Amino acid sequence: MNTFNFNIVRKYWERLIAPIDGPLMLLTGLLLILAFGIMSSASPERLGAQFANVCVALLVMRILAQVPPQRLMHFAIPIYVGGILLLIAVALFGDVAKGARRWLNLGVMRVQPSEIMKIAMPLMLAWFFQRHEAMLRMRDFAVAALLLLIPVALIARQPDLGTAILVLAAGFYVIFFAGLPWKILAAMFIAGLASAPVAWSLLHDYQRARILTLIDPEKDPLGKGFHIIQSTIAIGSGGVFGKGWREGTQTQLDFLPERHTDFIFAVFSEEFGLAGNLILLTLYALLIGRMLMIAANAATLFARLLAGAITMIFFTYAFVNMGMVSGILPVVGVPLPLVSYGGTALVTLLSGIGILMSIHKNRMLVQK
Amino acid sequence: MEFKNPSQELERFRGRLTVAGGFVLLCFTMLLTRFVWLQIAQNSYYTTRAEENRISLVPIVPNRGLILDRHGVVLARSYAAYTLEITPSKAKDIEQTIDALGKIIDVQPKDRKRFKKLLDESRNFESLPIRTRLTDAEVAIFTAQRYRFPGVEIKARLFRQYPGGAFASHILGYIGRVTDRDIAKIEEQEQEANYRGTEHFGKSGLEQRYEFALHGTAGFEQVEVDAAGHAVHTLARTAPIAGNNLTLTIDAELQRIAETAFGDRKGALVAIEPATGGLLALVSTPTYDPNLFVDGIDSANWRELNESPDKPMVNRALNGAYPPGSTFKPFMALAALTTGKRRPEQTISDPGSFTFGGHTFRDDKKGGHGSVDMYKSIVQSCDTYYYILANDMGIDNISNFMGQLGLGQRTGIDIEGESEGILPSQAWKKKRFKKPEQQKWYAGETISIGIGQGYNAYTPIQLAQATAVIANKGVMFRPHLVNYITDTVTGERTKIEPTPLRTLDLKPEHLEVIKNAMIGVNKEGTGARAFAGASYVSAGKTGTAQVYSLKGSEYKAHAVKQELRDHALFIVFAPADEPKIAMAILVENGGFGAAAAAPIARLVLDYYLLGKRPPGPAQPDEAASDDSP
Repeated sequence: MNTFNFNIVRKYWERLIAPIDGPLMLLTGLLLILAFGIMSSASPERLGAQFANVCVALLVMRILAQVPPQRLMHFAIPIYVGGILLLIAVALFGDVAKGARRWLNLGVMRVQPSEIMKIAMPLMLAWFFQRHEAMLRMRDFAVAALLLLIPVALIARQPDLGTAILVLAAGFYVIFFAGLPWKILAAMFIAGLASAPVAWSLLHDYQRARILTLIDPEKDPLGKGFHIIQSTIAIGSGGVFGKGWREGTQTQLDFLPERHTDFIFAVFSEEFGLAGNLILLTLYALLIGRMLMIAANAATLFARLLAGAITMIFFTYAFVNMGMVSGILPVVGVPLPLVSYGGTALVTLLSGIGILMSIHKNRMLVQK
Repeated sequence: MEFKNPSQELERFRGRLTVAGGFVLLCFTMLLTRFVWLQIAQNSYYTTRAEENRISLVPIVPNRGLILDRHGVVLARSYAAYTLEITPSKAKDIEQTIDALGKIIDVQPKDRKRFKKLLDESRNFESLPIRTRLTDAEVAIFTAQRYRFPGVEIKARLFRQYPGGAFASHILGYIGRVTDRDIAKIEEQEQEANYRGTEHFGKSGLEQRYEFALHGTAGFEQVEVDAAGHAVHTLARTAPIAGNNLTLTIDAELQRIAETAFGDRKGALVAIEPATGGLLALVSTPTYDPNLFVDGIDSANWRELNESPDKPMVNRALNGAYPPGSTFKPFMALAALTTGKRRPEQTISDPGSFTFGGHTFRDDKKGGHGSVDMYKSIVQSCDTYYYILANDMGIDNISNFMGQLGLGQRTGIDIEGESEGILPSQAWKKKRFKKPEQQKWYAGETISIGIGQGYNAYTPIQLAQATAVIANKGVMFRPHLVNYITDTVTGERTKIEPTPLRTLDLKPEHLEVIKNAMIGVNKEGTGARAFAGASYVSAGKTGTAQVYSLKGSEYKAHAVKQELRDHALFIVFAPADEPKIAMAILVENGGFGAAAAAPIARLVLDYYLLGKRPPGPAQPDEAASDDSP
């Protein structure tokens, strides 16, 4: 009986982990365990909810890991178009929270369609480039740019600059990996610099304030500068080895705002110091490295572009979050990947990792 | 573009991936550099900032010192109570907040009014009381629902209490919330640190004059606080040191008898111990209740106190300047003896008036007093004697002598804002008026100065001091209210030593003449009725000061409006041979001094010298003495 049962369990287990990539899973798992450690200091009452979020996200990851990249291609257009429609719906009937119209109330649940675009965008563009493979022209890049800018503009209007930048980055990475010529990249860079004053005038007051706050947070220490001042104090006072788990005064005495979400890095940094930061950076670097490797070995253009873009989105989350919390980037609402509290970002990120796992399993398949 | 070879294309993709990987490393290196900068190079700076965040020095307000009468009766004390306070900058909508609070805790309209007034006067980062003196039940009710009220807190505060209510309020003064003007004083004394948590400051009377002695030394508590400023726990504590106690020279019972004797009448009474300058009583009626000011007075009460025609906020004993009327005569007589202008036995003939420069100065008594010497001039209060005397002396001789007695000068009593009064002289008139024809002193103006009218205007405390100088044989002390200051920790007493201001060059035989004449006043003269049957010998002088110029017509009290009626005055010292008390009494619009002011003096002296309490209902406030520490 026992042997029989054990064999069945083993069989199911093997089927369960078959599409899972070991190194990717190991690194992701380490980061998630670390996240629970930090969460139990930052906001212990949210441990249960976060555990549920992680379970759901892992399930989504496992499912996507089994979906072959070719199947994903079929979803590219429906998801993209659906996402655009939802963004338009938000603009028309969305709920207003904290002065921005970001959420769409569907009766049973509230969704933030801009989140969907973080996956839909690279999927759509990768599909687009795959279709024009082998005969890419400048015109194709122009169409791709248009496909990218429509949702970005809709999201920026909400206004949600953080997500707009992330979606823009996601699409840009695809275009970059597709081989946008360096000359054009250089030209875009210069044009970007030149148009900075125009862009400045288009920003909302609060967005400008965030950038000014970055330059001089002490100007408004109890208002706009409060978050960033308190988080740099938390990080700086952490020193080399930190104040110890659950011993961070900035964290435990409530000086750190949003400490379970966007500013959770400051909690970690205060309690584990530079040594902890080094470990976290290393984990991220290894994870990104593994993801880049998967991208490099992907079978199709679509898979390559998608894998490359997902990797860089992951990196962008990590860099922007740690950059803003440590005071070298303006404050935009970007979570620390796999660590910050919140289900949406976890699902998005682990979906990406699931897709990469699938791409890796299917790396030997010959292109159609 | 051109067709591409798949492997060439893969190469290019991998090249791009390498660039991306390099970018990732570059960015992570930037982050790492930033972390090294913050966590190693700047670590000590940020550690300090974190500590400053975490640890807050919370001042502990010291207990304000007590004010006690000379026998230890408590006149002012402090006690702790809970208040419900709103920090306007933290509360969302103040009106709404108060409405919601009103549903769980009793908030009276007057509390709202007071809060509004405080709000208008305050800087909005401080917390202001909406309710004071919460009961334990109210504290419990609010604490349970605290989450509903952002910016509302319960605080333990020290309150000042004046157990006697309106009793002796012009001596004690009151405290009120610290204003910008008070802050300037605190800075001047370099007491900023000591006053960090203090909310009240002495505004008048002794509370103002002895603010820094009463305040004490603030203690400090090192507490760990969270971002909302709530204390999490205490790390260290330095206890506050309570303020010093003031023990007064005032005799509370004497003060009470004097205040009661005034009844509804306006006026002032100053009683001095001649040998020390210590004040035994300092009355100004009507009084006000200083307890009203402690929590911040509401506007209705404030308006009432300020706009009342009776001016209860004015300390008449120090700030009311009145013509001394006939109480001026003993001083005039002494001036005449000292300057050699008169001998005691010299007589004048009084036909009932004195004519000078075509103007007739009338005597009180129709037909005059006949032949009048110095004794009779005082006992019967003969005006004509003093018209002539003033004319003979001249204004500057009079003012020189009266200045010696302290008239027309601040006495230096330990309460701020004392008035100077007016001591008329040629120099004074020159300074006082602008037009040249008004600046000149006319000899005719000197005549009515002699009977304490004209430009003469002195405060009751100046009259009391001048009386005390005569009683004390020419030695003048600075009048003072505080007998000694007690350090509440060591128990050490710092005595306020009597300060002799000057010794007047007066001949004992001259003083004897004046004293005897004043004894005569109370035996057979204008004060005889008030002092009939007294078992001690007292020396007094009545006075009636005109408020209203009659211009030759007859004065009839009933015919004149209350506020234009004459002021009644009385000066006295007793026992005449070894004076223990000297006094000046003024009853505004009281009419004759003999009828209105002298009987008050009798009540006070009977108590002070004989321990006799006035008949009538026992004073309920006697319970105040139960509060002795």
